[in-house]
Amino acid sequence: MKQDIPGTIMFDGEQAQKGLALNRMCYSFNSAENRAAFLKDEDAYCAKYGLSNEQRTAVKSRNVLRMIEGGGNVYYLAKLAGIFGLNVQDIGAQQTNTTVDQFKAKLVAAGR
Amino acid sequence: MSRIIGGIATTHVPSIGKAIAENKQNDPYWKPFFKGFDYVHYWLAREKPDVAVVFYNDHGLNFFLDKMPTFAVGAANEYRNEDEGWGIPVSGTIDGHPALSWHLINALVADDFDITMCQDMLIDHAVTIPMTLMWPREKWQGIRIVPVAINTVQHPLPSLSRCLKLGRSIGRAIDSYKPDLRILIVGTGGLSHQLDGKRAGFINKEFDKLCMDRIVNEPETLTGYSIHDFVKEAGAQGVEFLNWMAMRGALTGQVAEVHRNYHIPISNTAAATMVLENHAEAKRKAA
Repeated sequence: MKQDIPGTIMFDGEQAQKGLALNRMCYSFNSAENRAAFLKDEDAYCAKYGLSNEQRTAVKSRNVLRMIEGGGNVYYLAKLAGIFGLNVQDIGAQQTNTTVDQFKAKLVAAGR
Repeated sequence: MSRIIGGIATTHVPSIGKAIAENKQNDPYWKPFFKGFDYVHYWLAREKPDVAVVFYNDHGLNFFLDKMPTFAVGAANEYRNEDEGWGIPVSGTIDGHPALSWHLINALVADDFDITMCQDMLIDHAVTIPMTLMWPREKWQGIRIVPVAINTVQHPLPSLSRCLKLGRSIGRAIDSYKPDLRILIVGTGGLSHQLDGKRAGFINKEFDKLCMDRIVNEPETLTGYSIHDFVKEAGAQGVEFLNWMAMRGALTGQVAEVHRNYHIPISNTAAATMVLENHAEAKRKAA
C-alpha cells in the first residue's frame, strides 16, 4: 500500500505483521488484571509477548511515534496509554511535539 | 412487512461515554455536541423503532487483528460490553434480534457477501455510545439491535462502494422481512479525525461538509474516493465513514435529511450527527 500521505503510516499488512506482538500485548490490556501485571513488572510482561527490541525500546521510552513505526495500531496503543492515564489528546500532543494545550487549541482552530 | 424508518449517523468518540458518566452534557465544551441530540430524541419518540441495525467498527474488544473479518453480522440473543482498557464505563447489555439477524445473514450470503456470522459478539463503545446518545440512561429497553461490524482498522479496507452495496443488500432484506417491525439504521464513527502519526489532530471541515451533503441523495458520487484518498481527505480514522455509507445504502426509499449537527472538536474529532428519513414510496435502487 502506498505510504505517501505526510505524517501518516497506513496500518496495512506490512505494519500489521510487524506490529502483531505489540498489538497483542496492548489487546491484553482490556483486562484490569493484565494492566496491573504490566505495571508490576513491565520487562517481564513485554518479554512474555515477545516484543522486538525496537518495540520494547519504544514502549520503555513511551514514544508513540516509534511504537507506530514498529507496527503499533493506535486503537491498541490507546489501551497502553490508558494505563498511564493518558488519552488520545495527550498522545496527539506527544506525536506532534506540542503541549496538550497547544494541541487542543489547534483542534479548536480547525472548527473556525 | 418490516419498514425502514430512517437512518441516524453519529460520532462514537470514547470520551463521550466519560462525559455522560460525569454528567457534563451542559458544560460549555460538551453542550454544542449534546444539544444536537434533542431533535434525535424527539424523532425517535415519534418514530418508535423496534430494532436498530448498527453499522460500526470494533476497536479491539470482540475482534483482534489476528482474525479480522471485513464484514461481521451479530446473531446473538444479547450483546454485552466489556472493559476496553481505556477507562470508559462499561454499559449495560442490549437485546439482540436473532431471527432478523439470520434473515439478514441468509440474504447477504445469497447476495454474494461473504460475511462472518457471530453468535457471540461483544459490542464496544462504537455501538454503546451511539445507543446511549439516542436513548440516554440506557432507556433502550424494548429496542433490539443487529450489530454489523465493518473493518475500518486493518488495511485493506472494503471500498466506499462495497459498503454502500452492503447497506443496500441489507435494506432489500429488511424490505422482504415479514414481521411488522419498524427498523432504524445506524452508522457510527467519524467524521474527519486522525489519532496517529505526525498528522495527529488533522481535521477537514470542508470535506466533512461535502460528505454530509452528498450522502443524503448522491452517495454514489462519494464512491469515486479510494480508501487511500479518503484517508488523505478525512484522516486515518476518518474512514469510519464507511459505516455511514453502509447506513445510507440501507435506506431503500426516498431519503430526506431532517437533522444535522456538526461541531469541532470533540476530543480529536469533528463530531457529527445526522437524521435521514426514509420514505417508502420511491423506487428502490438496484445494487
